[in-house]
Amino acid sequence: MEAAELLSLNRFEVDEEEPHIVLDKEICRTKCKSKPCLVVCPAVLYKLDKNGDITFDYAGCLECGTCRVVCKEKGITKWEYPRGTFGVSYRHG
Amino acid sequence: MSGEDKFDVIIIGAGPAGTACAYTLAKEGKNVLVIERGVTAGSKNVTGGRFYTYALDLVEPGLWKDATLERKVTHEQIMMMDGNQSITIDYSNPLFNKEGEMPQSFTILRAVFDEWFASKAEEQGAVIACGIKVDGLIEENGRITGVKAGGDEMFADLVIAADGVNSMIAREAGLVPELSDKTIGVGVKEIIELPAKTIEERFHLKPGEGASLLMLGCTEGIHGGGFLYTNNESISLGCVFTPSEAAAHGRQVHDIFQDLKMHPSIYPLIEGGKTVEYGAHLVREEGYRGIPKQLYRDGLMVIGEAAGFVLNIGYTIRGIDLAIVSGVAAARAVISGSNPGPAYLEELKNIKLLPSMKAVDGYFDLLEIHRLYETYPKVAGGVFNKMYSISGETPVSIKKGIWGVLKDNKVSLWQLVKDGIRGYRSI
Repeated sequence: MEAAELLSLNRFEVDEEEPHIVLDKEICRTKCKSKPCLVVCPAVLYKLDKNGDITFDYAGCLECGTCRVVCKEKGITKWEYPRGTFGVSYRHG
Repeated sequence: MSGEDKFDVIIIGAGPAGTACAYTLAKEGKNVLVIERGVTAGSKNVTGGRFYTYALDLVEPGLWKDATLERKVTHEQIMMMDGNQSITIDYSNPLFNKEGEMPQSFTILRAVFDEWFASKAEEQGAVIACGIKVDGLIEENGRITGVKAGGDEMFADLVIAADGVNSMIAREAGLVPELSDKTIGVGVKEIIELPAKTIEERFHLKPGEGASLLMLGCTEGIHGGGFLYTNNESISLGCVFTPSEAAAHGRQVHDIFQDLKMHPSIYPLIEGGKTVEYGAHLVREEGYRGIPKQLYRDGLMVIGEAAGFVLNIGYTIRGIDLAIVSGVAAARAVISGSNPGPAYLEELKNIKLLPSMKAVDGYFDLLEIHRLYETYPKVAGGVFNKMYSISGETPVSIKKGIWGVLKDNKVSLWQLVKDGIRGYRSI
């Protein structure tokens, strides 16, 4: 199954006002050669566009923290949990 | 700050650690507030899927009988995989599940269990406030005196961080360093629904019985492994990877996991099932040596996974029981009335948490043997392939066959002996 299809099974309450993860894509493009986020994010939310820039959508985030830990060049400028009640809500866990 | 606004203890996070602590404190009449960012307790939490029951008995004897647990584990299985072939060891012993006694362990779903457990703490008088994220700590003259949450401030004699593996709070307070991508695992998991009867037939279980299956050789050589736990009416199937190695390997962990589902030894177990949830979670892999040097400071203590209380020793993985035990230890320290920080450390020893983790510290070295994740499963598969290949041709001796397999996999006798000694020393 594709990641997007799997994520569609989960319950999410997306915080439209305040993204909980923010990138500085300039850093990702110029400083980060290895881009580990592309392969370690279980939800496959980090992708490359045609120009080789990172695209990221926080809406399907599983809040595991892996991207923050592998991000050595600090392209992720903000990593917090979503505000209370927002984000993923596991029914099984 | 008015008297009403001040609690004896504020606990951040209503997972097993926070709730066990709140339960124990509230039972002794302490004024406890638990702040949970999820809509309900457990809604942010993911486990592989197994819980060792003794911990709940430490909170309250007999409490487990009422708990929303899944199946008691009666079958312990380890599978080694290489390509399409696999070798499985299945261990069962009725002594772990004697009639009328507390079963040793259960499979578990955290959204279900945590919510039940939190309701039990509430019955004892703890206040559990869900849907609120703690944004930070309040510090006065070097002492933590409360928390900030959504513009509000709440105060307590003691704040306890039970906010899980990423523990933003304990990190902010300088107690826990940032995680390393070399000593954690990222776990991914699907919940696959199947009728209870189908699960029982496929795993040879009686109603209420469950299987735990750990897999080696399914991660394309990346440090990690697979897991499968049978729940009442679903299967938890997942895989854990060390992020630094996954990044170097270059293939998405999601894709490697999807391949595992299609493995000829796994697919028949989940065939016809319906995936209903996809979860992910980080796991600390360092065990005893991963515990932060400082577990408390003035006004603040760290418990549960935030404090590194997780054990992966290869054939079993423990976290929920250790979290509960640490929560009980912290509560006992507070109840003792002495200086809570040092008393907490003392309780962690008395309750056998630190000694238990120290006793298996060597497993980290064993699991660092890289050949464990690809080469040795290949060797084992190769040897079994030789043993069971019968074509009518004159067979080579098994001894010769083994040497051939080792050579094919570029394993020298020297390496084998070295890994053997290292492995033996580790355990």
